[in-house]
Amino acid sequence: MNVLRRKVPALLAWFAGIAFFLPIAWMALTSFHSESDAATNPPSFAAALTLDGYREFFGVDGGASPWPALINSTVASLASTLLVLLLAFPAAYALSIRPVRKWTDVLFFFLSTKMLPVVAGLLPIYLFAKDAGLLDNIWLLVVLHTSMNLPIAVWMMRSFLAEVPVAVIEAAQLDGARLPTVLARVVAPIAAPGIAATALICFIFSWNELLFARVLTGVVAETAPVFLTGFITSQGLFLAKVCAASLVISLPVLAAGFAAQDKLVQGLSLGAVK
Amino acid sequence: MTATTTAPSAATPVRAQGRPNARLRTWATRAPLLPALVFMITVTQLPFVATLVISFFDWNSLYPDARSFAGLANYGEVLTDPDLRRSVWTTVLLTVAVVLASLVLGLLLALLLDRRFRGRGLVRTLLIAPFLVVPVAAALLWKHVLYNPEYGLFNGLLHYVGGPQPDWISKTPLLAVEASLVWQWTPFMMLILLAGLQSRDHQQIEAARVDGASDWQIFRHLTLPHLRRYLELGALLGSIYIVQNFDAVFTLTSGGLGTANLPYTVYQTFYQAHENGLASAAGVLVVIGSIIIATFALRVVSSLFREEAGRS
Repeated sequence: MNVLRRKVPALLAWFAGIAFFLPIAWMALTSFHSESDAATNPPSFAAALTLDGYREFFGVDGGASPWPALINSTVASLASTLLVLLLAFPAAYALSIRPVRKWTDVLFFFLSTKMLPVVAGLLPIYLFAKDAGLLDNIWLLVVLHTSMNLPIAVWMMRSFLAEVPVAVIEAAQLDGARLPTVLARVVAPIAAPGIAATALICFIFSWNELLFARVLTGVVAETAPVFLTGFITSQGLFLAKVCAASLVISLPVLAAGFAAQDKLVQGLSLGAVK
Repeated sequence: MTATTTAPSAATPVRAQGRPNARLRTWATRAPLLPALVFMITVTQLPFVATLVISFFDWNSLYPDARSFAGLANYGEVLTDPDLRRSVWTTVLLTVAVVLASLVLGLLLALLLDRRFRGRGLVRTLLIAPFLVVPVAAALLWKHVLYNPEYGLFNGLLHYVGGPQPDWISKTPLLAVEASLVWQWTPFMMLILLAGLQSRDHQQIEAARVDGASDWQIFRHLTLPHLRRYLELGALLGSIYIVQNFDAVFTLTSGGLGTANLPYTVYQTFYQAHENGLASAAGVLVVIGSIIIATFALRVVSSLFREEAGRS
């Protein structure tokens, strides 16, 4: 009875883990099959492995190359994450270590913008971009992804900075250090793990973003998720290629997510859950 | 936590010569906050004000000269248009179904993972993975690799047991979208609820067990009340993201077969039909709906926030 009570939940947990992971494992296996082995019923589990799907995806033998989209996504995600950190770090300082008056109101203002649906502001942004000649420009996307992630980052960083001992900061200030120096030399090193987790989560959200990218970029500034929408309608044999594409484009997110695993809950719950 | 740790630092170390006046000092405290605040107001609030203004105009971007003030006509049209009304209902159904299903599944998984067993870390990693697939890629995976009636994995597996070979997306389009979203959002709920489970008072549970409480009684009277906050937080954060879902609807069904939710409909109204005024009115209605959810969400977050602030 006791053994049963211990073993059954463990078995169930393993079963659930495998069931949830199965679609990803199957996608990975299919990406290494030839197109004719990929689309069979019943499924061919033991078909010969090949890199053809990846060759097709990267356009080795002709076809659209995904590299511009991958580079655009990298630029948009890295640049917006950097901008988010530059804006959020001092703001979080002013909302936790040396709080301004009514700091909770400011904090909740940031959060409320996250609840404003993206579609509500999309049209004016589109019209503005069209007038200003910023359509299909990756830097517009950088600004919008920054606005999308800034509230999350302010909330996360606030909860991480709140853990920095005030005595350390006051000691540095008594030594005559100015605020930028204190932030860079004293606060940042102590809060480094939290800042890193914030950066990883912002990177993920920016890399994943579709709606802004779909409406505001087209050819030159196309991002990886927009590139993926090219696979929505199926034409001919392309299953292995879709799997390879989905997997390659998801790899940065999987890597960032697992790197931030320990702080993922705190980040996703905006610091409300530790 | 912050409220108390930070209060003493309000006394600024003042240098001996040239004492800055109070107003200057207030601005010095505000300065680090201003860039982020100004940025957010410019990029998120101004466009919304513009949306509000455009929503009162009859404006199709294909006929830019015919733009005229229309008062509340767009709202009237949005509220009586059967497609838009259907998309309101679809949004509600989609959000409620996905949030509830992933909360229940997430709770079960969190309870399983709360126990110690061999390979727990690996199982946790396997369970988080679906949340870390790019949403468009996840939708493509479900559309082509799992749901496809001819070579999809579901029908492939059904084939082995001699089951039927349904065309999942045409037959149950909304359910198909919901299933793919539940797969992605269950890990999110699980993580939040697992954190909740691990913050339980273990002494209290031990005491209850010594007093002869059964597992079910402990769950019902101790664990569930403790988890209430976390369930609310998961439900509300999940709602905020799923109400706004665009990727899955766009990729799996392109809004067809009665799966168009409000974000998709607004996107289509201006991007394909070029009806700027109508799209804006619909956008404003989405915002009003979101504000209702957000009011609850903010209340939950602020109560957790106060609890945290009060604890230290």
